[in-house]
Amino acid sequence: MSISLAAEHGKPLVDDRAQSPLAIRGMTVSYGQKPAVFSVDMTVRAGAMTAIIGPNGAGKSTLLKAALGILTPLAGTATVLGKPVATQRHRIAYVPQRASVDWDFPTRVIDVVLMGLYPQLGLLGRIRATHRAKAAECLARVGMEDFAQRQIGQLSGGQQQRVFLARALAQDAELYLLDEPFAGVDAATEKAIISVLKSLRDAGKTVVAVHHDLSTVAEYFDDVFIINTRRIAEGPVAEAFTPRILQEAYGGRLATAQMDAIGASAG
Amino acid sequence: MILDALLLQLGYNATLVTIGAALLGMAAGVGGTFLFLRKRALVSDAISHATLPGVCVAFIVMAMLGGDGRNLIGLLSGAAASAALGLLCVNWLSTRTRLAEDAAIGAVLSVFFGLGVVLLTVIQTMNAGRQAGLEGFLLGSTAGMLRSDALIIAGSAAITLALVVLLRRPLTLASFDPEFATATGQNVGRTDLAMMGLVLAVTVVGLKIVGLIMIVALLIIPPVTARFWTERTDHVVVISGALGGLSAYIGAALSAALPHFPTGPIIVLVGFGFFTLSLLAAPGRGLASAVIRHRRFQRRVHLRQGLLALAQGQPIYEPLTLRLLRREGWALLDGVATDDGRARAAKALRDETRWQTIRSDPDFEAAAAHYDGLRAIETVLTPDQIEEVDRMIGAPRPVQT
Repeated sequence: MSISLAAEHGKPLVDDRAQSPLAIRGMTVSYGQKPAVFSVDMTVRAGAMTAIIGPNGAGKSTLLKAALGILTPLAGTATVLGKPVATQRHRIAYVPQRASVDWDFPTRVIDVVLMGLYPQLGLLGRIRATHRAKAAECLARVGMEDFAQRQIGQLSGGQQQRVFLARALAQDAELYLLDEPFAGVDAATEKAIISVLKSLRDAGKTVVAVHHDLSTVAEYFDDVFIINTRRIAEGPVAEAFTPRILQEAYGGRLATAQMDAIGASAG
Repeated sequence: MILDALLLQLGYNATLVTIGAALLGMAAGVGGTFLFLRKRALVSDAISHATLPGVCVAFIVMAMLGGDGRNLIGLLSGAAASAALGLLCVNWLSTRTRLAEDAAIGAVLSVFFGLGVVLLTVIQTMNAGRQAGLEGFLLGSTAGMLRSDALIIAGSAAITLALVVLLRRPLTLASFDPEFATATGQNVGRTDLAMMGLVLAVTVVGLKIVGLIMIVALLIIPPVTARFWTERTDHVVVISGALGGLSAYIGAALSAALPHFPTGPIIVLVGFGFFTLSLLAAPGRGLASAVIRHRRFQRRVHLRQGLLALAQGQPIYEPLTLRLLRREGWALLDGVATDDGRARAAKALRDETRWQTIRSDPDFEAAAAHYDGLRAIETVLTPDQIEEVDRMIGAPRPVQT
């Protein structure tokens, strides 16, 4: 973990964004007059699983949404392999927070997964048997194949999260961005989701997830990005996920006992 | 006479108007579905009320220029312009000020409508104004409608329908999950604009037939009604379009047969009839079905509790529980179990013990998660597993009587 200044004295400016599946530079997002994210740089490592962690209200989800253009940042850019996100959306799959949609919406599980294929279908492209097979396969990967015809409101929280993941799988992306995928899900779902994410990583994809459970960071992720309005640290879990850095990010909000446990699990 | 109207036997013009109304109703039902799913149904009320000053100004301008103030295209253009202005005001107030959207709608609706009513009064004082018949735009009127008017309405409604078919995917995605839509590259702001444009078109086109006060009902009642019958977006769209078309068709036909009744309110009442029917009788989401479901569930709970009480020799105080047990033939009048009841009670208690065993055993975590007091244990465990659980419990205890 090293904090690099944009231009150190005497050194030429180097654009290191071309290799990164998601590089954020100088991102500032503000609700009203108070920045939720201030001048944040992030360089995601290709083929790795990265957790974005930080205390409540630290700007984790905000950073992700600003990078995707869901929120309009005051300043800053986000690039995929060196090119603007807006031109590279076909490379990105996004899993929003489960609570961000109305689950009483009149749609079935299979229809939600098919939404992942909309960009490829266009306005009038017919949904063919191959598309349905693809959607069914994505559902099977998250263990939800038996629920294809259910109305989405009949699902438990964990099942809803799996359906959202299946929709992202249908997008066939290189970069998977997930906003709190483990929030309020049962243990079985958490296991299922992490195994799908690891299989994506093993297939060479890049996974970035907003995460809130510090006790599983070391077990689930390769890299960690720690934010509290500003970037606190970034790097492999072994280097960046240390008690000293967490103390800096969380301040007094982290009990000493918790810190010790994390230190042990990361060490 | 009414039957003649429904069968389109009232002459060429009445037939044209009725068909035009049906097309309009379909366009409104289909376009209104996405407004309803996007939870912005009331915006249409602001749009429709904001048409009135535009209609009046258009009339005044056309009359002062020496033309026929009643020219429908002219009046509708004025309506569209002021409705768009009203929509912009609602959007501006709700995004750029601290006013919530409902307050913005209320403010815009009343101010525009008030201005329109004042202008109507001004028109009454004009020479050309007496026969203007602009009041027809308030509640809708098919009387005196020209053939060209009906054709304009039918044509615009058909174009609106085609646009909804073209935009169904972006509209669905923006309604269900706007964040995901944005992440895939869809411009949700532009989709919303297109949706509002469709609603505005339906509103303006429907002014003459349904009237500006009632058009909101034609946009909202059909999708709300359709939602009772299906869990699929595409089906809601189709059913809502059909209901809207049918309501408008029947309403316009009735109004053609009974010329003293305003068209708009009759169409709305017909739509409301479909709504009431659906509210009561629809399977799944209807009231009757909900009551039946609740009663069945309540019955299962009482029977289960009753059996467990019998098995443990506890007195049953709840009259409903006793009545249900007696009806099943599991208990006698005084609450004593029958042979059949005793056997079932023993089984219920046994299953309860099995559940408690697997709930405290991490090996059965997934199966135990299904416990809700009612679920039959055979649906979550195989016979082999049940045998294993029984070995863990030990031999069955005798049932107390």
